[in-house]
Amino acid sequence: MRNVSVTDSNTANTIGVLRSAIAEACAESPHLLHVLHALQQQFLHISDEAVREVAAHLDLPLSQVDAVNEFYSFFHKTPRGRYDILFSNCTSCGYMAGGVDLMAMLGRRLDIVAGNTRSDGLVSMDQTSCIGMCDHGAALLVNGMPITRLDDSRIDRIAALVEAEAPLEDWPPEWFQVDDNIRVSGLLLKDDLTVGIGLRKMLELDVADTLSEIIQSGLRGRGGAGFSTGMKWQFCREAQGAAHYVVCNADEGEPGTFKDRVILHSHADSLFEGMTVCAFAVGAKQGYLYLRGEYRYLLPHLQSVLARRRELALLGVDILGQPGFSFDIDIVVGAGAYICGEESALIESLEGKRGIPRVRPPFPVTHGYRGQPTVVNNVETFIAAAHIVLRGSAWFRAEGTEKSAGSKILSISGDCATPGIYEYPFGVTIRQVLDDCGAKNAQAVQVGGPSGTLIDSAEFDRRLGFDDLSTGGSLMVFGQARDLLAVIVNFAHFFAHESCGFCTPCRVGTALLKNGLGKIAGGHGTRYDLDEMQHIATLVKCRSHCGLGQTAANPILDGLQRFPQTFEQRLVHHDFEPHFDLDAALEEARQISRRDDAAAHIE
Amino acid sequence: MSADTTQNPITQNTITIDGQEIPFVAGQTIMDAALAAGVYIPHLCHKPGLTPHGSCKLCVVDIASRSVSSHNSDRRVQAKFQVVADSRSVSACTMPAVAGQQISNNTPALNEVRKTITQMLFIEGNHICPSCEKCGDCTLQAMAYHLGMLDGHFPQFLQRRAVDASHPTVMLDRDRCILCELCVRASREVDGKNVFAIAGRGINAHLIVNSASGKLVDSDLETSDMAAHICPVGAILIKEHGYEVPIGRRTFDLHQVGEIGSEEIILTKVRHADE
Ligand SMILES: Cc1cc2nc3c(=O)[nH]c(=O)nc-3n(C[C@H](O)[C@H](O)[C@H](O)COP(=O)(O)O)c2cc1C
Ligand code: SF4
Ligand code: FES
Repeated sequence: MRNVSVTDSNTANTIGVLRSAIAEACAESPHLLHVLHALQQQFLHISDEAVREVAAHLDLPLSQVDAVNEFYSFFHKTPRGRYDILFSNCTSCGYMAGGVDLMAMLGRRLDIVAGNTRSDGLVSMDQTSCIGMCDHGAALLVNGMPITRLDDSRIDRIAALVEAEAPLEDWPPEWFQVDDNIRVSGLLLKDDLTVGIGLRKMLELDVADTLSEIIQSGLRGRGGAGFSTGMKWQFCREAQGAAHYVVCNADEGEPGTFKDRVILHSHADSLFEGMTVCAFAVGAKQGYLYLRGEYRYLLPHLQSVLARRRELALLGVDILGQPGFSFDIDIVVGAGAYICGEESALIESLEGKRGIPRVRPPFPVTHGYRGQPTVVNNVETFIAAAHIVLRGSAWFRAEGTEKSAGSKILSISGDCATPGIYEYPFGVTIRQVLDDCGAKNAQAVQVGGPSGTLIDSAEFDRRLGFDDLSTGGSLMVFGQARDLLAVIVNFAHFFAHESCGFCTPCRVGTALLKNGLGKIAGGHGTRYDLDEMQHIATLVKCRSHCGLGQTAANPILDGLQRFPQTFEQRLVHHDFEPHFDLDAALEEARQISRRDDAAAHIE
Repeated sequence: MSADTTQNPITQNTITIDGQEIPFVAGQTIMDAALAAGVYIPHLCHKPGLTPHGSCKLCVVDIASRSVSSHNSDRRVQAKFQVVADSRSVSACTMPAVAGQQISNNTPALNEVRKTITQMLFIEGNHICPSCEKCGDCTLQAMAYHLGMLDGHFPQFLQRRAVDASHPTVMLDRDRCILCELCVRASREVDGKNVFAIAGRGINAHLIVNSASGKLVDSDLETSDMAAHICPVGAILIKEHGYEVPIGRRTFDLHQVGEIGSEEIILTKVRHADE
């Protein structure tokens, strides 16, 4: 009896604490992702109880809260450590970037295995998809804050600080420093806009003129797909709806991409200006910036820019004294899901759901956020729009090529002397880019990230642009010493981890590709397995529901076509090897018995 | 496109599937038009009357492109799954019918793709056809026969999936769930409840129950709900009605999965003669 009453009062107590935490979080922002983030921060996990309380408080179906909790990588059902450490696993900023396994190193220092929380609850450690620090060497997030330029001595010191339970404020501030690293500036980065100057110019034009300037400029989306921005805005304007919305896609999840990070950090005013121009053009009153969870450290800065713009009457009611021109922007922060960069999945996430891409048509321009006409554009697209309104479409068209007007901001990383941000007119050759970033004797370049195109050195005279090599901004250089198969395996893991699981070809196909590549890389593959890879990859590419699946197999298909020897040199020369690896299957038994001698292996 | 239709007004409200001209009315999908015309397009996650879902991808068809200039057209040789050059793949169950579409459906290449997708569904779950109560009534199994699938082809994933036997009359065995979300939609759209949802991501996606305990017994699911009967496989079963119809006289012993109108037969068979 006593036990029961103790449990009861404990439960009542926990629920009370939970409820006040939820109320507090809701006062800040009632968005489901934000409330769950607050609970994850405070209680280091989101328990079933918390899920029930959140559902009740926000009047949402329990299953929705539960499903969201399980979907996003940064929410956990079991407690994480007070120091929650996530190593990037990107080929450019990942824990293997320097050739040594830094995660295993920290694991040894802290006596912890990746994926686990130490039994004293002090620390947990795991890997996560690219955190966008690719110009900063190996990087990790500790309680959401990025630490870059990792090496063995920094790992040692991190371990010591964790063991000493030093608060993050007392860790060396320079560890957390993230630089812009702008190496080449072009049209957009050369000079920043004076705050509000674009909006003032726009108000001299009318809506039709603003739209036609954007259309005339030839601006195409910088997020990857390259749809005409002016046409998108026009379709949205023409679409009927109770409200129109402007959404900025700052999810920047493509490994090797970090140019939006730099724009958000140093050109946030231009970005918000571009969104406001769009609002004017389409007739929107509300905008959202969807910021990837990995960039949460930029949130205070972005909030303060928004606050200043409200003070300057550049946001809010009757902007710049223009009666009836009202617009404001809220920031919604994601929680670790690459698929939320896909525009319809992003909208689902904005609506507080799992990021599952919608069936299209209808497209967001007619049925977007809350079913209303919505423009979704990339960060860079919006700053280009702000510049175009000020300087005119001819100014923009003067650079670039016929089909690809203007400039492209590249995030360059990998095996080169000066990784960083490079802005070029469209039409620039890969060779030029490689020369500028000090990439001597490159073996291959991944253009557009894992979902893009892997090219070999014979193709370095190809040009960047929508009609040849299209890129959302990622350019990863691979030198002669790189093991390309390891790179392709890394990408296959990325896609299998990030597949949303909605459609069969991608959900099962990306897992099959990951496993099949593992077999080949592990030295158990045969010619049969290569043919299998080709077949599955083609099916995943052609039959998947959304862009993730449709591009997930690109690295494998490109690799098989351009670098067949990378695969072939690992093959064993039988016609068939079973998938089941008896020796690997004994690994668990070896760990339990703490044996690794020859007799514990089967050859 | 508009130039075409003015030239040939007869095609204005028809599409062509495998050379056969098929009428449609505005608002119909390719699947709707095909089924209405007695043309079978394989499907698993689709059921007329429920919102189309587009997730299983059994209904993939190829639409011939009108313009050849697609900048992302793939120049690679595609060995096993030939894609007709300059065609695009769409899901028939969600793609609106548009006048003049030239659609390939019942081709060896597409059926090969569908067979592989069916194999994917088999190996990601734990399917025990010979001992499953749904054997012979199962649409996944029937689809496998229809497509000439002889084995799972890929290594089994052997995932651990939870069984929920808490409900007095309905059994949930996630081993066999293919994530088609028919139960999710039937519950919301027909039963006016919200008993099921999908949680998790990628290969960890799984069916959850919308109740405080996450168990079926605490949900408002009833035997009379469509959601309790709509499962195309053996993941949601009605308890105490095992093997009432003997093997050999079950739905797909007497019918083909490709029969038009089989949806009704499948659903009534599952409800059993006495209901
Ligand atoms: C899996 C996937 C991830 C994506 N991630 C991003 C992203 O991080 N940022 C982005 O701007 N667009 C991303 N996109 C493209 C968006 O769907 C969309 O096309 C884009 O935001 C439109 O903006 P734009 O026209 O300005 O490029 C992604 C697409 C897919 C399929
Ligand atoms: S292709 Fe992949 S990410 Fe896209 S809907 Fe299908 S499972 Fe989800
Ligand atoms: S029937 Fe069309 S995708 Fe499932």
